[in-house]
Amino acid sequence: MKASAFSYARATSVANALELLVAYGDKAKVLSGGQSLIPAMNLRLISPELIVDLGEIAELRGIAVRGGVLRIGALTRHVDLLRSPEIAAHAPLLTEAVAHVAHPAIRNRGTLGGSLAHADPAAELPAGMAALNATIVVRGQTGERRIAAQDFFTGIYETALSAQELVIAAELPVAQKSSAHFFDEFARRHGDYAIAGLAAQAMVRGGLFTDLRAAFFAVGDRPILAKAATKLINVGVTPTVLAEASATLGEELDPQEDQQASAAMRRHLAKILLARCVSALLGRPDLAPGGTV
Amino acid sequence: MTAAMPISLEVNGERVSAQVLPRLNLADFLREHLKLIGTHVGCEHGVCGACTVRVNGEIVRSCLMLAVQTDGASVVTIEGLSDSGEITDLQATFRDRNALQCGFCTPGMLVAAQELLKQETEPDRERIRKHLSGNYCRCTGYQAIIDAVEMTARARMGRKP
Repeated sequence: MKASAFSYARATSVANALELLVAYGDKAKVLSGGQSLIPAMNLRLISPELIVDLGEIAELRGIAVRGGVLRIGALTRHVDLLRSPEIAAHAPLLTEAVAHVAHPAIRNRGTLGGSLAHADPAAELPAGMAALNATIVVRGQTGERRIAAQDFFTGIYETALSAQELVIAAELPVAQKSSAHFFDEFARRHGDYAIAGLAAQAMVRGGLFTDLRAAFFAVGDRPILAKAATKLINVGVTPTVLAEASATLGEELDPQEDQQASAAMRRHLAKILLARCVSALLGRPDLAPGGTV
Repeated sequence: MTAAMPISLEVNGERVSAQVLPRLNLADFLREHLKLIGTHVGCEHGVCGACTVRVNGEIVRSCLMLAVQTDGASVVTIEGLSDSGEITDLQATFRDRNALQCGFCTPGMLVAAQELLKQETEPDRERIRKHLSGNYCRCTGYQAIIDAVEMTARARMGRKP
């Protein structure tokens, strides 16, 4: 339960970090908050030769709003997201989501960039990024790439990031006046990874959804932007319409089975979350889930 | 670079300089190099909370931080919190309420609970539970721990427990 031996370099800048990543290739690992990396190293699941610590790179920290875009630096910690008035005002979905990420001692170290690059399919922030239509900004020696969140996550712990690139920031459109959000998850204990979860961002006008981005997590190999949500847009949502969307959701999800839940249970919980979301966002208690959906 | 690296930090108010291997985590540095064995090592992967310490004023898992990362930092362990008298009342209430049995989780519980009590003057039981959700106790069943934290909060407000 101790990490194997490795070399350690404290990067002085993004350029310096990229030089080290190019020199060492996939033998290097990037240390941000370390709240997933160090457990994996202590468990000897990975044994990198070099750790590139980003901790001192001030340019990767901070939250800024400019021209309708909320930019969150990769080294912004979970606790910073949780306490940020800018996030609460412009991306309240994230304020709610991050409160479910682990525990205070973990949130004091863990970072947004780390969570996105790690890409745990049961994690809250990747789903939040997908729901909010975020752009993930990554940089390599040849320049920057801007990747839509739903294309960034490609599988379990897999992303579009190459071993020679760093996540620099996430950029999100600021929440509109008529936008509404929903976040909920099932977990056995507060702070645990979810058994099933939903982060959703919607536009609601006159009792109808004009947009609904429902990002489910822990029910697939990556955050899943449910196509089923399109069945709820610009229509009067009746119990029948919701049941049809729910059935479509069940078909498009392919959850994994593990010691926490079977695939069928995860599918069921995802449907419950969808019904809770629709009921809450439209202010329609009649659509709230009962015992079954 | 796999060789030992120099670090200089403050631990419980005292300046400490050492040569450490990159792989050494903060918990092992505190216990083995500084003999501050109040910081307990349970799961070694960030789940149990027994190794909770303060770094630069905020609680962290010392098993999930490398000693080399603490260069220039200020670390406070349960020994520091205890000696300074900052948590004397919390410790007394833990004893009074039987909020510990074997005591293995207690240093981490106290460090985590004190952070909550610093941030919020009157947390309710649900809030206390959430805040301590990252700290395992395998003896007490948690009720007595929640009691002790709640009572300490009330006493600090100058109200009857």
